[in-house]
Amino acid sequence: MKFQLTQDQRALRDGVRQLLARRFDAEALRAAVNAPALDRGLWRALGEAGFFALRLPEADGGVGLGLPEAVLAFEEAGRALLPGPLIATHLAAGEAAGAADGETVVAAVDGSGLVEWLGEADIVRGDAAGAVPLRSVDPLTPLHRVGEGGAAVDPAAVLLTAAEQLGTAGRVCELAVQHARTREQFGQPIGAFQAVKHLCAGMLVRAEVARAAVYAAAVTADRTDIAAARLLADEAAVRGARDCLQVHGGMGFTWESEVHLHLKRAWVRARRGGASTESEELLAADLVA
Amino acid sequence: MDLTYTPEEDEFRARLREWLGKVLPTLPPKPSPDDWPARRAYDLGWQRMLYDAGYAHVHWDASPTVRLIFLEETEKAGAPYVGAGFVGLLHAGPTIAAEGSEEQRARWLPPILRGEEVWCQGFSEPDAGSDLAALRTRARRDGDDYVVSGSKIWTSHAEVADWCELLVRTNPAAPKHRGITWLAMPMDAPGITVRPLRTLAGSAEFAEVFLDEVRIPVANRVGDEDDGWRVTMVTLSFERGTAFVGEVVACRRVLRELAGEARKNGRWDDPVLRRRLGRLNAQLRALWRLTQWNVSEAESGVPGVGSSVFKLRYSQARQELYDTAADVLGPDSLDVDRPWTLDRLSSLSYTIAAGTSQIQQNIVAERILGLPKGR
Ligand SMILES: Cc1cc2nc3c(=O)[nH]c(=O)nc-3n(C[C@H](O)[C@H](O)[C@H](O)COP(=O)(O)OP(=O)(O)OC[C@H]3O[C@@H](n4cnc5c(N)ncnc54)[C@H](O)[C@@H]3O)c2cc1C
Repeated sequence: MKFQLTQDQRALRDGVRQLLARRFDAEALRAAVNAPALDRGLWRALGEAGFFALRLPEADGGVGLGLPEAVLAFEEAGRALLPGPLIATHLAAGEAAGAADGETVVAAVDGSGLVEWLGEADIVRGDAAGAVPLRSVDPLTPLHRVGEGGAAVDPAAVLLTAAEQLGTAGRVCELAVQHARTREQFGQPIGAFQAVKHLCAGMLVRAEVARAAVYAAAVTADRTDIAAARLLADEAAVRGARDCLQVHGGMGFTWESEVHLHLKRAWVRARRGGASTESEELLAADLVA
Repeated sequence: MDLTYTPEEDEFRARLREWLGKVLPTLPPKPSPDDWPARRAYDLGWQRMLYDAGYAHVHWDASPTVRLIFLEETEKAGAPYVGAGFVGLLHAGPTIAAEGSEEQRARWLPPILRGEEVWCQGFSEPDAGSDLAALRTRARRDGDDYVVSGSKIWTSHAEVADWCELLVRTNPAAPKHRGITWLAMPMDAPGITVRPLRTLAGSAEFAEVFLDEVRIPVANRVGDEDDGWRVTMVTLSFERGTAFVGEVVACRRVLRELAGEARKNGRWDDPVLRRRLGRLNAQLRALWRLTQWNVSEAESGVPGVGSSVFKLRYSQARQELYDTAADVLGPDSLDVDRPWTLDRLSSLSYTIAAGTSQIQQNIVAERILGLPKGR
């Protein structure tokens, strides 16, 4: 059993991280918040790097990798708070023309009653008739409300969302730790105070438990594993972002800090693919199967 | 990332399964949880069977994955737990194997493996729990003996133990971590008084141990004088990765039984309860995956996020599991004769024993996340 990243998987993860650091750094993030439009140049760059075609067979012009690799790439996207209908476009690669190479932006109605990035999409999968725009809580995710009971939820979409949440969980833990080491009060770094330490430790514990669940679900592609991964990753991201905000104090409550963006995105993702109660029901049913 | 096992590992699993299927039906009935002498005999008997079948060594020299398989399969099959053998097999034995002399290994290891001698752990003291290095039990050198006085507390299985891995202070002048020594104390030495303490679950699981001028031969010292803290850290590091494997498997089984019970008594129709069970399923599955991850990393020598992360989440999940059991059982959960009630009570120790959750969080924050040490 070699349940850990292979050399290739590490290289892939590091490659995506570097690409995103180059193409979507803190400044780009800030610019995107101020002018929330989809960056087509970035979309094509992602396409070129194989982000969308990662799981498309090589014979079809794809990279020919599997779910574990996709999970690693989406974890990085989550860390970087990369905006856009990434998962919908990834899932459409090979089916919708231009999706694989990032020429086409694909949005999808996923059954939760919401569509992300409808206005910017070239192609919409599912029935978005009568969609009404919301003033989205996440400045980087435009949302439309559509009728409930749309398309069935693709387990791969649920898993990739969990991977993004995992990225957020890891990132907010890092941000909190960085801040706790440098911010001083009462003559010492706040990270020396146990109350702060324990918040940070809790963030890491939740993130690592979620990581094991998400990676395992990527290996097995089992629906119950995916449901478990989703619940733990949502918890790690949402609670992690909240605790990160707390560790930042007043600064965490400002628009300028990056923390609220992580929390808001985590909230948006936690709604994807239907309510978490459905995942809980699936896991309950598994117990009596 | 790969969750498959090698052919040799699969073969080990199959052989073990077959053997378990043969021997488990021949075991005598489990003794009452309060009857420690009977539990000692039962647990040692099981260890002897493992020894005769060639499985006794598995905790010590098998690969982490083989150990994982062993713990997984024995639990799934409902085999006895190490029980009274815990300290000897998982603590003192590995420490002596790593740090002891040739003679010490020859004296103490075979009886542990053959299920002949029980060890207990004399670390904690009334004034040194979380702050273990504050221990004060004093050992003074007198010829070929140490003469030890002081007291230990929360010593599990002390009443039925033959030996105690004892931490004593040999040098009060040294900084607190430096003056400690690791000794093997025979529990029948004159001057030892064991006073059982009743746990909140009603049984005498642990004891207070009073030491009045107890003579322990210098030959029983493992490691150097005043170097006991380092030896202790070696001891404590042995459980990384696999310490709770069997228990996670057991909790997953209990959760299934709970769901079955809820279906029988109608509480399954309550969506709030049902979803809580679903959420517990997610947690326990994830903890099983984290175990596999830790074992994989231990096997390849990668320093992983370690056992503190696991222990923090597991101890919490275990308590949630039995609290949920209480909601499934309803009023019956107040009946001590229902097994889940006792389990619920004993689950309360998981956030305390072997390092409290607060101490584990400090470890995660300081050693893994690199936050500054508090004052
Ligand atoms: C069932 C059981 C079996 C045990 N078996 C053994 C055994 O066989 N051998 C043995 O040697 N010991 C044994 N122990 C002892 C166990 O290791 C200690 O109970 C444990 O380390 C806590 O020490 P304490 O009880 O003195 O609590 P204390 O250290 O007094 O802690 C009390 C409270 O204060 C908190 N606290 C203490 N220090 C800090 C800090 N720095 N920061 C934040 N919070 C803090 C703790 O988290 C806890 O909530 C056993 C305990 C139990 C419950």
